[in-house]
Order: sequence, then C-alpha cells, then structure tokens
Amino acid sequence: MPAVQETIDQVKAIDVSEYKYGFITDVEMEKPAKGLTEATVRYISARKNEPAWMLDWRLDAFRRWKTMTEPTWARVSYPEIDFQDIYYYAAPKMNGAPKSLDEVDPAILDAYKKLGIPLREQEILAGVEPQNRVAVDAVFDSVSVVTTFRAELAKAGVIFCSISDALQEHPELVRKYIGTVVPVTDNYYATLNSAVFTDGSFVFIPKGVRCPMELSTYFRINEKNTGQFERTLIIAEEGSYVSYLEGCTAPQRDENQLHAAVVELITMDNAEIKYSTVQNWYPGDANGKGGIYNFVTKRGDCRGKNSKISWTQVETGSAITWKYPSCILRGDGSRGEFYSIAVSNGMQQVDSGTKMIHLGKNTTSRIISKGISAGRSQNTYRGLVSAHRKATNARNFTNCDSLLIGNQCGAHTVPYIESKTSTATFEHEATTSKISEDQLFYCMQRGLSAEDATALIVNGFVKDVLQQLPMEFAVEAQKLISISLEGSVG
Amino acid sequence: MSAKITPMRSAAESALIERFPALKAALPGLASAREDAFATFAAAGLPTRRVEAWKYTDLRAAMREAAPLAIRPNAAEIAVALKGHSPLAGQGAVTLSFVNGYHVATKGGPPNGVSITPLAEALTGGHPLLSKIGALKLAQGDLALSLNTAFMTDGAIIHVAEDANVEGPIALRFVTSGATAVATAARVLMVVEAGATVMLVESHEGQGALAHQPNTAFEIIAGDKSVVHHVRLGLNSTGAVALSTLTADLGAETSLTSVNVALTGAVTRHQVFARFSGGNARAQINGATLLSSTQHADSTLVVEHAAEPGGESRELFRTIVDDEAAGVFQGKIIVQPHAQKTDGRMASNAVLLSEGAAMYNKPELEIFADDVACAHGATCGALDDELLFYLMSRGITKAEAEALMIESFVGAAIDFIDHEPIRDILHGLVQDWLQARAARLNAGALTVS
Repeated sequence: MPAVQETIDQVKAIDVSEYKYGFITDVEMEKPAKGLTEATVRYISARKNEPAWMLDWRLDAFRRWKTMTEPTWARVSYPEIDFQDIYYYAAPKMNGAPKSLDEVDPAILDAYKKLGIPLREQEILAGVEPQNRVAVDAVFDSVSVVTTFRAELAKAGVIFCSISDALQEHPELVRKYIGTVVPVTDNYYATLNSAVFTDGSFVFIPKGVRCPMELSTYFRINEKNTGQFERTLIIAEEGSYVSYLEGCTAPQRDENQLHAAVVELITMDNAEIKYSTVQNWYPGDANGKGGIYNFVTKRGDCRGKNSKISWTQVETGSAITWKYPSCILRGDGSRGEFYSIAVSNGMQQVDSGTKMIHLGKNTTSRIISKGISAGRSQNTYRGLVSAHRKATNARNFTNCDSLLIGNQCGAHTVPYIESKTSTATFEHEATTSKISEDQLFYCMQRGLSAEDATALIVNGFVKDVLQQLPMEFAVEAQKLISISLEGSVG
Repeated sequence: MSAKITPMRSAAESALIERFPALKAALPGLASAREDAFATFAAAGLPTRRVEAWKYTDLRAAMREAAPLAIRPNAAEIAVALKGHSPLAGQGAVTLSFVNGYHVATKGGPPNGVSITPLAEALTGGHPLLSKIGALKLAQGDLALSLNTAFMTDGAIIHVAEDANVEGPIALRFVTSGATAVATAARVLMVVEAGATVMLVESHEGQGALAHQPNTAFEIIAGDKSVVHHVRLGLNSTGAVALSTLTADLGAETSLTSVNVALTGAVTRHQVFARFSGGNARAQINGATLLSSTQHADSTLVVEHAAEPGGESRELFRTIVDDEAAGVFQGKIIVQPHAQKTDGRMASNAVLLSEGAAMYNKPELEIFADDVACAHGATCGALDDELLFYLMSRGITKAEAEALMIESFVGAAIDFIDHEPIRDILHGLVQDWLQARAARLNAGALTVS
C-alpha cells in the first residue's frame, strides 16, 4: 500500500529544498594550513593548551589512522574524500577566550539567535519555569563559544563544559574516561576524530545527583572547507540521571563537508543517561550537490548494575549519514534503548541503526526504528543485537519499519541477530501490529484505530523527549513523529 | 578495523588452483563456463567471515584441505555405496542414483512428459538445453556455485513438457562414499515448460564420519503457470563440509514450493536464489534444520521480486540447535523498483536447547518500490516455559513435552510438502533425531537446559 497523502505532504515540507538553516555567518576565522599532518595535530593541541598526555594520545591516534583504510561496508557511495583538502581547525578570531557573552562576536550571537538557540541566561530566565530551563553549550566550527548555566549546575555538583575546558579544569576525569568506550582504534573515523577532535561537551554527574536541568549542545558548522570533529563525553556516576540534547545545522554550500564525531557515554550502578539528537545538517540540494558527510561513532557503556542508556534520534539532515548509536550492556540488569526516526529526501543516503551488545545477566534492550525515504534517497537500517554466552536472560525487542514515497528511492533493512545463550530471547519484528498486543488492544478498546494506537505507542516516548527540545526545529521534529505509518512496507 | 588484508592462499585454495588445469582438460563440455567460474573463485578465494554473504560461515577455515574430486566409481564401489537404505527409497516414479557425483543407475522409466538425460552424457554428446546451464545469471559471483560450475562432473538435465501433469515425484539420490574423503560436484538443470506440474525430490546421503565435500547445484527454470514442488533432504556424512545451491527462475503465475530438511553434516550450507521474472508468481521456501554436537548449518536465501505485479513470497525457516551447535539464517528479500504489489514475508525462528548453542539471524530487506508489503521476523530463544509447564501439568514428562514441542515447531516448515508419504518420512526423521537426543540425555552426557 502506498504512503498516505498526509505523510507525503509532511515529508515534502522538510524536503532538501526547504532547508532553513543554510545561511552563512561572516566572521573572521583563524585556521591553520589545510591538510592533515602531525603538525596539524600539534597545532590543535597547542591551541587548546592541552596537557602532554593528550597530545601523545592524539599523535598515537594519528599514526594509527595513517595505516587504516576507509570502511566500505555501508550502503552509501560518495567520491573519495581528500583528507588533505580540509581545514581541521577553524575558530572565530578573538583576543583570548571570551569572559562573557559581551566579548563574543555579535555576528556569532546573531547566528544563534537566527537558529533560535538562547545563549543569554537572563533571557531564558524571564518567564521560563526553572524546571524547563536548558543549559546550552554552543559549538561554532571548532570551538565552544559559550556554555550557559555553568555556575548553577556547579552548585549541584554537575560539571558541564566544553571538552577543551574540561581538559584544563578536570584533566584527571577526562584522562580516566576518554577512549574507554570508543577506543582510539575503533574505526577509521573514530581514530581520525581521536587525532584531531576540537570541541564538544563534557558532562559529569556525581553520585546520586539528578541533573537539575536539561543539558544541550548546539553544533554549528559555518566555515567552508572545514571539518568538524566533535568529541563528547558524558559520565553518570552511581544513581545519577541526566538528559542531554544535541542539535546540529550547517550552511548551504556546494561542497561536501565532513563531520566526524565521537560520543562516549558511561553509566555506573543505577544511573541513567537519556541522549537525544536532532540532526539537521545541510542535506545538499535536490541533485545531491553539497551537504554534510556525517560519519559518527556514538556508543554508551552501561558499566554499572541496573544502569540505563537511551538514545533518541531524529535524522533529517546530512548528505550521508553513517551512524550507529550503540549500547554495551555490561552491568547486570542494565538496559539499552534506541528510538530513531530517519527521514531522507533528495539524494540523501542514510545508513544508520544501532548495536545492542548484551554482556551482563538480565540485560534488556529495545530498538524502535522508523525510516522514511522519499525523492531519490536511500535509507538503510543496520543493526546488531548480540548476546554473549554469559548474558543469561537477555531480552531484546526490535521493531523497524520503513516507508517509501515514490519508486525512485530505496529502503533497506540489515539486522544482525546473534544469540550465544539459550536463555536469551530475541524478537525482531517488522510488522506494525506486532508492537505489544496488550497495549494496542488497550488503546483500540478506547476507540483509537489500530493506526492511531500504533503511532501513539511507538511515538509516546519520543514525544516525551522532543517536547523538551529548546531548538526551533523541535517543531519540525514534532511534526515528523506524527507522520503516519500507514503504507509501511516492512 | 579496516586495514586491508590480502590473505595468503590457503592449502585448499592452492590445491584447487593447481588441480584445475588438468581437470578442465579431463572434464567434458562447457569449457568457457568452467573457466569463467573458476576465475571468479581464483580471484576471491574461499570465502571467509569478511565476505558479507559468508559472515557466519567461514568456509576457508572449514575447508582446510581440498578433498580430491571424486572419479567415476567402479561397480564394486557403486554396490557398496548403494547398499545402505535410503529414507526416500521407493518414493520416486523414477529414481536416479548418483555415487560421488556420477550417475550410476536409473530405476523406473521417466513419467509421461518428462525426459531425463544424465549431464555427463549431455556434456559429451551435446543437448539442446545445455546452453541453459548458468544462463539465467542467478547467484552471480557466488563462490559455492562457481566451484560447482568449474568442477561439475555429472548430474541430470530434466525437461518437463508443456502442460504435463507429471505423476509421481522425480527422485534423485546422491550418495557420497569412499575409503577417503572426496569432493563431488553434481549439477541438475530442470526446465519446466508452461503449465506443467512436477515434483522433484533430492536426498543427499553420506556414510560414516569422513569429511566429504559435496557441492551440488540445482537450477530450476519454471515456465509460466507451472507448478513445481521441490524437497531436499540433507543427510551428509557426519564430518562433511557440504554446500548446496538452488537457483529458481519463476515465470508469470508460477508456483514454487521448496522445503529443505537439514540433519547431518559438520558444516553445511544450503542456499536458495529465487527470482520472480514473471508477474504474480508465488513461492513458498522453507527450511527445517536440526542440529546437535558441534554442527554448523547455514541457510542462505535471496528472493528477488523483479516483475510487476511482484507476486507473493513466503519463507519459513525453523532451526533447532542443541549441544554446542550453531545455526545460521541469512535471508534477503529484494523488491525491484517496478515490482509493485509485491507481498513478501520471511520468518526465521530458532529454538536453542542447550547453553552452548548459538544462532545467527540476518533477515534483510532491500526495497525499491513503494506499493509493497514486506515483513520479516526473526526470533530465537529457549522452549517456552509456559507451554512446557502446561504439558507437564498434564502428566507428560519433561523429555516428552520437549520432544512434542520440537516436533511441532519444525513440523510447521515440513507440513508444506504436498506429498503425504514423503512428508511422513521427513516427520519420521525428526522423530529419529529426537530419539537420539533422548538417548544422549539419558546417557547423562548432557543436561537439559
């Protein structure tokens, strides 16, 4: 059954030609020479005034990266990337680090204003309920421009700052955790990132603390010919909780730009991290010219007992997306969740999914993925669910649906399900009616159609997260999740 | 890690490459097809886990040595090979027996509308359908099929005339036998003309525990509105590394039912490549696999809907894994852009009976058309405790209750066979497997999970 008209209209409304964040901010930038050599790595490290161990770590990664080749297994195709034709660092020219927002280039502030990102604490405070406040770390190309509410968060013991600041202020914490979830050698882009990462967020939630507000990072690529290599590290100590949101946009350009990020999450006993992404990088034009290559390694490590990591992603941007937010369920009783909506238009190529690696006893995971492809795009779900021999009573439920609009596009599903213990129960379903029959029955008994009930169940939790989003395009994300699944092809 | 690795040739690969020129000269017919197929193999080598289509079956590791290609057996060897009882004996209206990949006997005359020519005869003397071998370009680049094409020794070309309603199954019995391990390469082509109905039954039997390396390939070309039933039974020698490929091209409004029952063999892989070339065809492709000890069995399936209307495909694979065995299911449904109205449903269900058992599922969809319904489901887990409890609460012992559940679980895939005696024989083999399991459990060799 083909997609319903309403869905077609909704997807059209966010077509590549409708991209709203394509403006360019004119700021004087400071950049090293193009290309990647050991000198570039040293330059970045020196600019950030990093400790010696960090430089050694970067150089080690760089040497390893030189021996590696680009992965080709994903269902994406693009011309060879010339890694020597990219600027690896670009920062707005400033006299030293800005001490307050008044020292930040007004053009940059203006850019964030256009994007609807509130950077002034007092503006947010006016008329916003304290519990609805969101702390923002704004990353502009290679540097963090500002992090709001740092002082207030510090009162609760929460560290929220850019990773560059963390390296200055809490080097011992960074050293203890960085690279422990995504090792330097993990994959081609993670290794590249390890060598040249510039900025990103660092979050540390101490034992027993429930983070008093939502944390968020807004990534903006502005400068041309520049790659963005963000690195984010979030640690939730025993019994703590944090909800973190991430948003990203970029200007409209004819060239392709590289975004290779690494995100590492760590949860200790009974801790929980909720990580949400609204990815809206420039997708290129209708003919596939320009757009961001989004090659991202995101992984969470549930180290403690009964800990939980939940990934939610709304993917509408990027020319190419190559991204598999994963959970290593190491602690007994830990839980991983992955909720994803990926919409591809124009010539976009999406190869995304998740990995749920069950190592501990009684671990559970849930994967809900919706892929919608329109135009001439290709949308692939690729996921791994595996249970180690010792992961007794592991449970997984996977549901992935795809919807095609037109027959110029493609939808693909490539799940890998590996069970090495008889006590693990894995279910992979692609039929919408198979989501919890009980819940469905409950909703339908109250007069909802099967379609509405399914949408309600699948989307209930996603909505929950998205309603918190501080960004203007959260509105679009809201629209997206209400897209009908009618006509789902499997 | 993505560092490029060019593996050294393994002993088996080197041996195959060394032997090919002499064998090519000795084997009759289709020289260029053999050469092309071998070139494909030589370029890629034996597949390892790095080859996506072989991700869960490392053939290079399983085939350390390349067993020599069997030569035509003599009368004494044939007598020894055919002495054992074949489970499907007497089921065929006509039964062709093959020993080590060579046709040795035919029992019964071909039914009306059917002509059968041994492949070796066709390769030497020519045959109008010879050019159809491999002509449909299905499973291109597949390494098991390439090796079969390069080394095929004998087999059969079966032709079913237009509108023929063939009485009784055509049975093919393949026995691998010998004092030392051998490789075999039998090939069967069946061309079913429009409107015909036919049933083909193949059984693969191996004696003892030798590490034979049978590699068989079946090609079915089903004409418009034809009905084809296919049953395959895998009873290889317990040490065998056995490969088998079925390619099927379906014309408009055809119906294909294929059921594979895999029981013995150390490492086995059965692959099905089906293409819906005509509109509104229908296929039911099933597999029932029962594994114990350290067996490894792979079922790989590619179903391509390439015509409009896209037709209907149903795949049901049931796997029982006991002891330290491992089961693999890789299934892919491809829907081409114009294959609108395709309705495809694929299910792989596995039950793991012991702690050391493993199951790998990869049910893929590749969809390019927007007005289709495709679903895939994959489950694996232990036997349902509640069902077990229900049965036990009614006075059935745990062992019996488990047996009942296993029997009905795999039986669901076998029940699609539209031939009662053969269906019963296969159910019987499942029961034999269950009895052997009960004996193992009674001997205390293993504990029930």
